[in-house]
Amino acid sequence: MTSLFQEVSPGAAEETPTRQITVTVNGESRTAVVEPRLVLAHLLRNGLNMTGTHTGCDTSNCGACTVLFDGKPVKSCTMFAVQADGHDVMTVEGLAGPSELHAIQEGFKEEHGLQCGFCTPGMMMASKALLEENPNPTEDEIRWALSGNLCRCTGYQNIVKAVMWAAQKLEDEG
Amino acid sequence: MTAVDEIKIGGMGASRRRVEDNRFIRGKGNYVDDIVLPGMLHMEILRSPLAHARIKSIDASKAWAMPGVRLVLTGETMAARNLAWMPTLSYDTQAVLATDKVRFQGQEVACVIADDPYIAKDACEAIVVDYEPLPVIVNPTQSLAEGATLIRDDKENQSNNVVYDWEVGDEEGTDRAFDQADVISKIDLHYPRSHPAPIECCGSIADFNRATSKLTVYMTTQAPHIIRAAVALVAELPEQMIRIVSPDIGGGFGNKVPVYPGYVASILASILLERPVKWIEDRTGNLISTGFARDIYLHGELALRKDGRILGVRMKATADHGAFFSDAQPSKFKIGLMHSAFACYDIPNAHLQARGVYTNKAPGGVAYRCSFRVTEAMFFQERMVQAAADDLGMDQAEFRRINFVRDDDFPHRTPWGFLTDSGQYGKCLDVGLEAIGYQDFLKEKEEAAKRGRLLGIGISTMTEPLGAGNSREYDILGIKMFDSAELKIHMTGKALLRTGAKTQGQGHETTWAQIVAHELGLPAEDILVEEGDTDTAPFGMGTYASRSTPVAGAAVAMVSRKIRAKARKIAAHLLEISEEDVEWELGRFYVRSQPDRGVTIQECAMAAYSNMPDGMEPGLENVAYYDPPNLTWPFACYIVTVEVDPETGVWDVLRLVAVDDCGVRINPMIVEGQIMGGLTEAYAMANMQFITFDEHGNCIGSNFTDYLLPTAWETPGFELHEVVTPCPHHPIGAKGIGECAAVGGPAAFVNAVMDALKGTGVRNIDMPLFPDRVYEALQTGQDVSGAPPVRTDET
Repeated sequence: MTSLFQEVSPGAAEETPTRQITVTVNGESRTAVVEPRLVLAHLLRNGLNMTGTHTGCDTSNCGACTVLFDGKPVKSCTMFAVQADGHDVMTVEGLAGPSELHAIQEGFKEEHGLQCGFCTPGMMMASKALLEENPNPTEDEIRWALSGNLCRCTGYQNIVKAVMWAAQKLEDEG
Repeated sequence: MTAVDEIKIGGMGASRRRVEDNRFIRGKGNYVDDIVLPGMLHMEILRSPLAHARIKSIDASKAWAMPGVRLVLTGETMAARNLAWMPTLSYDTQAVLATDKVRFQGQEVACVIADDPYIAKDACEAIVVDYEPLPVIVNPTQSLAEGATLIRDDKENQSNNVVYDWEVGDEEGTDRAFDQADVISKIDLHYPRSHPAPIECCGSIADFNRATSKLTVYMTTQAPHIIRAAVALVAELPEQMIRIVSPDIGGGFGNKVPVYPGYVASILASILLERPVKWIEDRTGNLISTGFARDIYLHGELALRKDGRILGVRMKATADHGAFFSDAQPSKFKIGLMHSAFACYDIPNAHLQARGVYTNKAPGGVAYRCSFRVTEAMFFQERMVQAAADDLGMDQAEFRRINFVRDDDFPHRTPWGFLTDSGQYGKCLDVGLEAIGYQDFLKEKEEAAKRGRLLGIGISTMTEPLGAGNSREYDILGIKMFDSAELKIHMTGKALLRTGAKTQGQGHETTWAQIVAHELGLPAEDILVEEGDTDTAPFGMGTYASRSTPVAGAAVAMVSRKIRAKARKIAAHLLEISEEDVEWELGRFYVRSQPDRGVTIQECAMAAYSNMPDGMEPGLENVAYYDPPNLTWPFACYIVTVEVDPETGVWDVLRLVAVDDCGVRINPMIVEGQIMGGLTEAYAMANMQFITFDEHGNCIGSNFTDYLLPTAWETPGFELHEVVTPCPHHPIGAKGIGECAAVGGPAAFVNAVMDALKGTGVRNIDMPLFPDRVYEALQTGQDVSGAPPVRTDET
């Protein structure tokens, strides 16, 4: 890929320390030169143009930036990009192939589990991590697993239903 | 041939899955921060750490010297272009960047524009501001005290901290009613400051093109056309050269109605640099400087007869507006729709006094998921009603019922002069009581009390005015409140619909198409809905105050009917009969005497471009501007049961029943989604959401660790019920719904906890009902007031 930001003035380039990292993002190996303080969410959004990962609070509270890091959900707004060097990251863009939908994506649409859509990618990534670990979660287990992700629109009830819908579909598909 | 099946084509009443979801579930939404323009620069804002201070000097030389910094804006830069101050949506002024002094913590002091946001943030930290601290005022008592420091010394003729004094109603008549009362019930309440906190913060990208003189601004706004007008007036740019684009919005809830300094600064920066400038607010900036809501104190009194009838109501409200009166209110009504309180009750006499004051807090009073001040109105109403029922020793449900406006009493003039037109209040209450098992719960509560358990049940019933305006009474800055829809039927029978509203999660792209489907019989999936671009959308006032369906939704129905009227003429031409002999059924015109001879709406569309009658204007496009004859009046009954733990003050919701009558439901799935969202915010208000201040004016609640929002874990489950009383004046019988639960809900939770505490001597605990407050009330038997300065662990 190209350097992270389009324009760097010469003075800044000299002073700024950088590091080269290689991250597997949605199955593809990506190499970038980054400032050590660059957060992972900004690498994904601004560097790799994957804008499905949103930032909403900067403090790990809202979970809009949730991605899977070696399969586990993490808040990418409070993790440095350099910490992802050599690791595997999955974003909402990696949930399904082109013109396909993952059962979780279908579930969110079927059960009206989203309104403004801003929290949705993070919510779906946290749901994916849950279903990988626990394919048949109870309502309480879903609510607990998603308690690091804030939604201001839905009141969560339909999100819970969406995850259950997806669990059922995944089970039916075997 | 027969009419098309309305549900199959995704018409009215279909729980059609949402069109907009297709991009959101793929992470392909297009929010402001997702937009990247060539050559784009990034802006960050330096904010005041102090709540009230004179600015002695600003030294930005180190910031200017940093590599990658393109521009530093201060109040001085803005003042040189007459942009240091801007008019607000309520005829006040607000500082864009501070010149003389800062008036609240978080106020915008300087902006840095740089190659990337990290550099811009670094440079902000390199700016040195020398402040001389001034006395800080954080509540109305301090603000109105003799000798209080004048906060708005920038304003000529402002000799105190009063924003407005306003009154409405019949003072003498109300005094007489109180003279005749058997019992007078009094209560003092505070509706605390809160923040809508959509998960997406505010932001803008200003893109001024010197070559074309065109200014394009992508921004998080719920009302793009109002912004275009404001930019034209403030920046003195020709309005046709301003294009405001509101892309996908990550939640609004009223937070994205006002004009914020960040927007203005990004516009000026783009004009000066002739490059696109992006400003994305961080969460702390969002919480400490934008769109606060509520913060009103009330003294309320009800004049009561022994048999339970309410004879009169007095309300005395004091609103804390912060340093600038910058929220949008209808210009006639200084405290919004506060005087819509008690609209569902038959009360002959009423008087409301309202006073707004300045304090050293962020400008507040936005309509957070509500119509202007209606949330506070309904909360006060339902807390006063419960206190009155308790004072009379009456059952709270029965007390409401005997004071309700009866079903056969419409149209009804409310205590402060609104006209309600429809409702079945008693029926909604019955449905709610039945669903919760009212009598059984009262027995269970009694039994539990014997074992020391505290159970409580709270009711909140209300009708509220949704859908401003009619233009006779409602305007913002003189701009009348109406809305619009433009419908273009293409020759293949597919369509493009645009409105002056702006969806932020309400699902307009889905539901507007359903209204067209209902009116024309076109499949909803054949109709593309677009909103938010002022270069293409017809003029409208935007989406807030639950006004989209009542106003823009009505315009969608009306423009569809205009299209149908023209299509009827085309059908007559195609069928070679006179127009009087043409009949309509969904999707099709036919010959009255030969029902099987007909043409579809799609065939009429093709003919409009290929075979129109002689003398007819070609094409099948039209626009409608809709000025509603009245507001719509949905009714709601919310009932909550709780258990309070006397050992800790923690309270848990046992059940939550919601009965909503919002008239005809276009998409029941979406309506229920709106109700559940509102109930969650109601629960949050009652339980945890709290923006307050210490004595120095420091905002306590400047991030999501301190400002608590409910998660999936603590949010209760909802049991939803419906009653349908169509709105008599709305073209499809719909009423507003988006905010009802957030407006009516909070009192149900508080009433439930107060009911659990009945008999302890506690009459009120101000929201939020934190466990420590409930515990304190239980220990002392005294009311607990939550007004700032906040009580901290140290004090």
